Amino acid sequence: MAELNPGSGGSHKKDGKIRAKKHNTKVDMTPMVDLAFLLLTFFVLTSTFSKPKTMEITFPVPPEDDVVIEPMKVNGYTFILTKDDRVFWYNGEFKAEPKNGMPATVLNEVKFGEDLNKLLLDKNDMVAKEIKDLKKKRISKEINDSVYKELAIKAQSNKEAPFFVIKADDKAVYRNLIDIIDEFNICNIGKYAVTDIIAGEMALLKQATE
Amino acid sequence: MPKIKMPRSSPSLDMTPMVDLAFLLVTFFILTSSFRAPEPVQVITPSSTSDKLMPENAVLITISDSGKVFFNINGSDVRIKVLEKMSQKYKIDFTKKEYEEFSGMASIGVGMKNLKKFINTEPAKREKFKSTGIPMDSLNNQLRDWIQAGWIEGMTKYKELKDQAKESGKTVQVEPLRFAIKADGKANYIVVKEVIKTFTDLRIFRFNLLTNFEQSKDE
Repeated sequence: MAELNPGSGGSHKKDGKIRAKKHNTKVDMTPMVDLAFLLLTFFVLTSTFSKPKTMEITFPVPPEDDVVIEPMKVNGYTFILTKDDRVFWYNGEFKAEPKNGMPATVLNEVKFGEDLNKLLLDKNDMVAKEIKDLKKKRISKEINDSVYKELAIKAQSNKEAPFFVIKADDKAVYRNLIDIIDEFNICNIGKYAVTDIIAGEMALLKQATE
Repeated sequence: MPKIKMPRSSPSLDMTPMVDLAFLLVTFFILTSSFRAPEPVQVITPSSTSDKLMPENAVLITISDSGKVFFNINGSDVRIKVLEKMSQKYKIDFTKKEYEEFSGMASIGVGMKNLKKFINTEPAKREKFKSTGIPMDSLNNQLRDWIQAGWIEGMTKYKELKDQAKESGKTVQVEPLRFAIKADGKANYIVVKEVIKTFTDLRIFRFNLLTNFEQSKDE
């Protein structure tokens, strides 16, 4: 390279051969590497892997005009969402006034979070136990995943299982709806629906919140 | 005292494996990433424990925290057809360039009257364009028309793809059209109810509600 070799010129002439210059085979890769890492950093920072998650929900088909709507059964629970993240609930059929010796509907308040979770697990006791057993069986490899799923759905859609209805007044926010559906999913409640609030419930709700 | 001689080693090391890896990663990221058109509104979805993935082929209705409603559908060819349907219905003509521009856009949240103006706004300035949301009152329910057009075109596309998959004999999974609602946690329930009513009026009862994934406490 930078070495001087005074003898080389003479020897060149002597044997008359022309030797090809020896090139260094190594190429300086630094700029290429710089660029590669720059691109790498860019793509790593800008890409988001996770696709958004979703919650599947089926809304009830509105009843035909001539169909009489069955009143809520004893194992039916109605949850009403309202402003300031408050939730109220009552059991069974809605009664504005005492009827057939049964007292009028009273709204109970429950807080989001652990209280609601406890309440739901308590009401959904039967299904929750069944699912727990199934989970145990799955962990001990007695049943495989697909069988577990099938049985879990069966347990959730059991005829005897309680039914839950979600209603919301016009002051509730969307987050409340998602929160309560999520809580239902956590508590393995398979039978629930979102419907419109009725005037009687609105009146009770107004009393309760004021 | 004898001096301890450190073994001489060349300061330059062989970078080839590292470079190989770097390029591999770059190629991977380039191939897997797809660029998203910027959304007209920022929406913070509430979190849930559901871990179902967002369907690829879907009509997406976005509801902002102030209750504005936006419409979006995937696939540029489907979008063009949807706009064609809407242009017929509302008797507004669009040029070929406008169709092309529309096919690459994200959610739209303007009434049909302002749509032309919105399309012709430069992409960078679109953020400042005041989106009023798609009107959906009972007299002028444009959202209903958008959904209907999206439903018909999305389903047609789905059937086409399905037939293609059948003909080629490959077992390609073709996703049917789904309906997704992406609403801000602070959005009023009334607006969400109104959107859902628009869907149920069209006899669509199954939705995907977009949420943020959050690990369940008891797992």
